[in-house]
Amino acid sequence: MKTVSPKEETPFGRFVSDFFANKVATFGFLLLILIIVLAVLAPWITPQNPYDLKQVTVMDSSMPPGSEALAGYTMLIGSDGVGRDLFSGILYGLRISLTVGIMSGVIAMILGISVGLTAAYVGGRTDSLIMRLVDLQLSFPSALIALMLIAILGKGVDNIILALVIVQWAYYARTVRGTAIVERGKEYVEAAACLGLPHRRILFRHILPNCIAPIIVVGTVQTAHAIGLEATLSFLGIGLPQSEPSLGVLIANGSQYLLSGKYWISVFPGVALLLTVVSINLVGDQLRDVLNPRLQK
Amino acid sequence: MSVLVFFGLNIIGDPVYMLVSPDADQEDIDRVIRNLGLDRPILEQYVLFVKGALQGDLGNSFIFGESALGLISRHMGATLELAFTALFLAIAIGIPLGLYAGLYPNRMSSRVIMTSSILGFSLPTFWVGLMMILIFSVQLGWLPSTGRGDTATFLGITSSIFTLNGLSHLILPAANLALLKVSLVIRLTRAGTREGMQQDYIKFARAKGLSTTRVVGVHLLKNILIPIVTVLGLEFGSLIAFSVVTETIFAWPGMGRLLIESILQLDRPVVVAYLMIIVALFVVINLLVDVVYSILDPRVRLKEQGK
Amino acid sequence: MTDKVLVTKDLETVFSMRDGDAKAVNGVSLSVGRGEVLGLVGESGSGKSVTGFSIIGLVDAPGRIAKGSIKFQGTELVGMSENDLRALRGNRIAMIFQDPMMTLNPVLRIDTQMLEAILAHRKMPRAQALARCRDVLNLVGIAAPEERLKTYPHELSGGMRQRVAIAIAFLNEPDLIIADEPTTALDVTIQAQIIHEAQKLCRLTGTAMIWITHDLAVVAGIADRIAVMYAGRIVEQGTVDEVIDTPAHPYTVGLLGSVPSANKRGVPLRQIPGMTPNILSLPVGCPFRERCSRADEMCQVEPSRHVVREDRDWFCHHPHIAPDTSEATQ
Ligand SMILES: Nc1ncnc2c1ncn2[C@@H]1O[C@H](COP(=O)(O)OP(=O)(O)OP(=O)(O)O)[C@@H](O)[C@H]1O
Ligand code: SF4
Ligand SMILES: [Mg+2]
Repeated sequence: MKTVSPKEETPFGRFVSDFFANKVATFGFLLLILIIVLAVLAPWITPQNPYDLKQVTVMDSSMPPGSEALAGYTMLIGSDGVGRDLFSGILYGLRISLTVGIMSGVIAMILGISVGLTAAYVGGRTDSLIMRLVDLQLSFPSALIALMLIAILGKGVDNIILALVIVQWAYYARTVRGTAIVERGKEYVEAAACLGLPHRRILFRHILPNCIAPIIVVGTVQTAHAIGLEATLSFLGIGLPQSEPSLGVLIANGSQYLLSGKYWISVFPGVALLLTVVSINLVGDQLRDVLNPRLQK
Repeated sequence: MSVLVFFGLNIIGDPVYMLVSPDADQEDIDRVIRNLGLDRPILEQYVLFVKGALQGDLGNSFIFGESALGLISRHMGATLELAFTALFLAIAIGIPLGLYAGLYPNRMSSRVIMTSSILGFSLPTFWVGLMMILIFSVQLGWLPSTGRGDTATFLGITSSIFTLNGLSHLILPAANLALLKVSLVIRLTRAGTREGMQQDYIKFARAKGLSTTRVVGVHLLKNILIPIVTVLGLEFGSLIAFSVVTETIFAWPGMGRLLIESILQLDRPVVVAYLMIIVALFVVINLLVDVVYSILDPRVRLKEQGK
Repeated sequence: MTDKVLVTKDLETVFSMRDGDAKAVNGVSLSVGRGEVLGLVGESGSGKSVTGFSIIGLVDAPGRIAKGSIKFQGTELVGMSENDLRALRGNRIAMIFQDPMMTLNPVLRIDTQMLEAILAHRKMPRAQALARCRDVLNLVGIAAPEERLKTYPHELSGGMRQRVAIAIAFLNEPDLIIADEPTTALDVTIQAQIIHEAQKLCRLTGTAMIWITHDLAVVAGIADRIAVMYAGRIVEQGTVDEVIDTPAHPYTVGLLGSVPSANKRGVPLRQIPGMTPNILSLPVGCPFRERCSRADEMCQVEPSRHVVREDRDWFCHHPHIAPDTSEATQ
């Protein structure tokens, strides 16, 4: 991370110093970086590959935090019902949760931006048709739409990602279209059009850059949302299968042990999920404050 | 919408194998298929379904054998009770906190409120539900963790809020469901308050020498209530959607839990009926919100008279 | 006039901004007597409204009164408790706001908004309060007040709303009314009518009034005295005749030059060159220096107050009146 002195008043410098002016947001940002690093490095830093059957033994099952595994390492936060080290399981689960969340987010973003830009640029009937669809979808809660889609599509990684994409794209489309319409009306875009610049160039060089700030804000919020939604569906048993144990799957597995007092099996994956979503939301919240000129003091 | 739902569900899987025992012979299976109407071509099934739907018949549940619509309506009361209680909690907690945070944005306590509301947004509902059970039921043993408890009928409404036992069963799930919306109400109220307090009409009200209570309680609140009611009305649908999660965790006998069971058991008519009812519910909610909106906002009222 | 309703001394109101403290009001000393109308004139952004809000105690964060005193009928308002201030507001001191579209609450009926202004300050039967509302609405020229009382603001025209706002200020027969460009939204006949009513009220009840405007023609018709404001300061004050006929400060002369008048038909209006300065980056010395045709090196030092009478003064090194002659009038 580059440190920028507050005097350097490049727009980016100002953005960075504004962003880190808020301690809570800075904490969220650092936490998010830590989580991502842990997830990426999981295979190299966990004591166990929880899905390599050779490394897992039933003898280790449901051990409380701090117990020693047969293989000799300490299970910091205990083990789950079938003897997997919970810490290792969580980091691997984090990988899956983040992958699904970010992947669906990126696909939805690309789809939403294309649709939104098309609507704004073509205008007329295409625009009103697209926006009616967007409004229709946004009037239903995303959890419900996801449920419907899963009920139709069935379980599985592809279907979950598809459902998450369908849930999210409309937010991007609406945001991009809103900004693009405002930009399109501005003089410089009209000037560019008068100069006979090709549409593609006007779209990508003039209109899209102005949509980036709102897209980033929507992107963080939506990614956090997608991760939470995937976890929820997986918890309900209609999300990811046991072979792709995301945090939601881990929590669902652990919930069976809750009433018998083996709290850690569902508590810690939940904490991991919580920290992930909170850190993304903290960053997103601050981004919105910093990037929204209307709210600037 | 109904087309999508209907054909989509047919692709998932074959409900017959869930209904007959694994060692049933082909004759048994055929009988079940015929009983369920699954032997007809899929288009014909759809036409039959639409015909039925228009007459208020969405088919019978494969599992329970009774009318899907009836099955869902029987479970709807519990869900609505849960959702309304959650809505009430969200408003009762959210508006005062939001007002406070909006009126004194620089106080430490306001910052705490706003940061917690991010937490409220981020907390996965299902996990919080589990934690509530862990703390209040398993550890402290204060409140029951499953089921709806006793109900009583008052003024024609059967609900568990009329019995102590029922209330004790209702608290945890309702609080769990309310969580997300509390954050939403706090944020809406705070944003409205901060914007509202800068308006000239608030300053003018203060220039008249009105008490803070009157300025905030009447002049401000009446204005910010308009967007809050609108958003909350629309969010009521999401409460019903999320009750699927809460009901599953707390074994609340509502239509959300029924939906999950039906999805897992491929009980197609029930899933279809649920979705149809939800759509209908949404239409009704939207209408209600419009009505309330026009009651609250005199500017809308006039326009409608003009039409 | 010893009978001063309001006296402010060296009033300073600052807004703490990201880029520094903006002194929107910078050492304003003015006074109004019973039954007197003071015209407060200046370009947009000169600090007229902020002066008004400071007097009535409604400067909100990030602004605050940093220095000076505001004496209302002998009582110091700066530092007074919020409760005591509230008892004065709308009761002894009333203010009419600049923007008529925004000052009435859109979701409350006119009668609600008028009644509460009375009932906040005195106990009286509702019917009696309503009668008072009707009387005052009549006074500001609203026909059929009974029906108007039952409407919502959006059902009234801009001018009508402005008159309701003015009526609300009159309701409790205050000792001081701060009228912030109260007639801008009204057409000329109504404007004259309102000005006439306001004048009548002042004469009759002894109400003092500060009439804020950027329009010298309006103020000449209503005020007894004029204070000219520039960049948060009062640069010249005097009686209407003094300021209009023998202006001293080049800024006042500039303002007068930009007023259309009958006897200057055909002569192009002169405009003051340049823009209203940003109060965060005023020039050193006289704040008007960069736009002043008479400016020279001397003006790099801030001019001090030239006093003719307690209520006739200016701040300029090179006034349009020779100092000696004016001193002679003393
Ligand atoms: N809430 C505020 N925050 C920051 N600065 C403010 C605020 N209110 C006023 N100011 C500043 O104070 C200065 C004086 O403003 P004021 O509204 O008093 O001008 P005015 O003379 O009433 O102008 P107009 O004729 O346009 O009403 C302006 O430079 C303005 O930028
Ligand atoms: S002091 Fe100088 S600059 Fe200022 S108004 Fe007088 S002549 Fe102009
Ligand atoms: Mg003003």
